[in-house]
Amino acid sequence: MSVPLALLGLLEREPSHGYDLKREYDSYFGRGKPLPFGQVYSTLARLARDGKIVAGDTEPGSGPDRKRYAITEDGRREVEAWLAEPIEPEPHLQTVLFIKVVLSLMLERDAQGYLDKQRAAHLSRMRELTELKRTGGVIEALLADHGLYHLEADLRWIETTSARLASLLALVNPLEHVHELEE
Amino acid sequence: MPGTQPAPQDILRAIDVHKSFGLTPALQGADFGVQPGEIVAIMGPSGSGKSTLLHCLAGIFPPDRGEIWFDGQRLDLLGEGERTALRRTSFGFVFQFGQLVPELTTADNVALPLLLGKVKRKEAYARATEWLDRLGLQGLGGRRTGELSGGQAQRVAIARALVGNPKVIFADEPTGSLDSLTSEQTMNLLVDTARQQHITVVLVTHDARVAAYAEREVMVRDGKVTMGNILEVTN
Repeated sequence: MSVPLALLGLLEREPSHGYDLKREYDSYFGRGKPLPFGQVYSTLARLARDGKIVAGDTEPGSGPDRKRYAITEDGRREVEAWLAEPIEPEPHLQTVLFIKVVLSLMLERDAQGYLDKQRAAHLSRMRELTELKRTGGVIEALLADHGLYHLEADLRWIETTSARLASLLALVNPLEHVHELEE
Repeated sequence: MPGTQPAPQDILRAIDVHKSFGLTPALQGADFGVQPGEIVAIMGPSGSGKSTLLHCLAGIFPPDRGEIWFDGQRLDLLGEGERTALRRTSFGFVFQFGQLVPELTTADNVALPLLLGKVKRKEAYARATEWLDRLGLQGLGGRRTGELSGGQAQRVAIARALVGNPKVIFADEPTGSLDSLTSEQTMNLLVDTARQQHITVVLVTHDARVAAYAEREVMVRDGKVTMGNILEVTN
């Protein structure tokens, strides 16, 4: 959803060819997921059709990359409105984590063991991101921070859920072994 | 694993360690091992016993029961004087609020462990100044530590921990009083220096972002090490 607007934003900075635009997108936003050329050109075609950008005259040479694209006043307004709009906060109320914990308790599986493994997996990913931050530049640090704060929020949830397993068990499986968890 | 010898590669090991304060048990059979040069985080909820474990490993608290091994010797069998001497020569400490002496200058604080260890004054201050320079505190040696920012004070605490060329640094919530960015800088400094000098770091923290600087973490719950323990990894 944000690819067309990100490309539009890059074009507001300066007119560009599709190839250069893709390179710029990949270097800032494409961490591990470069934009396919096909998507770049189809997105540019749609933006041109909708009057957000205009394609300059075809320049001499071969290949598809002979047009230089520039943003229009309409496109500029769209970028401005998008940047001013907060994104929808996502509370993730129905997470897989939550479902796994509840099902583990219902089925009398080891919910605490699952939470411990999940904690270890989260911390392992946090270690990777921390190392990326330590060895990378500012852009890597900003992206890693975003991931780290989200993982940290999950971890806090894991800790609190660990502390609440006994009461959760009483709720989902009231007749079964509450005392075992409380011991 | 009660009664077992420490694995030969361990620099530090707790075996079935128990420790109570009055009637309150803090450690109830904790097993934990650290290899030389490793950076390990001890995590756990408040009151789980993680700080007590660190204090026992560092020879500050003698355990009520169990064994503490450091570098091939039983720490728990040493007398108070011997443990104090060992702490001064082999361990460095970084705590949450730095625990610097505010009336003394930065250089005094860093040189203090050496002076207490009877190192000559001139040499102690030369080494203190060298570490202050290496940690980016050039020119601050004459300033009282009460006048430093939180981040600077923690750097001084790290310099003080390093000045005696320790084999192990024990850090208890070393960034607890710092904002995120200063905390990050402090951890980078601690980890970089420990790796360069091949120093083992045992880090107690409740903060997952700080624990993520370690190479491994263990959880302490109800006075026991419940996961990530090297015994579970190696066996």
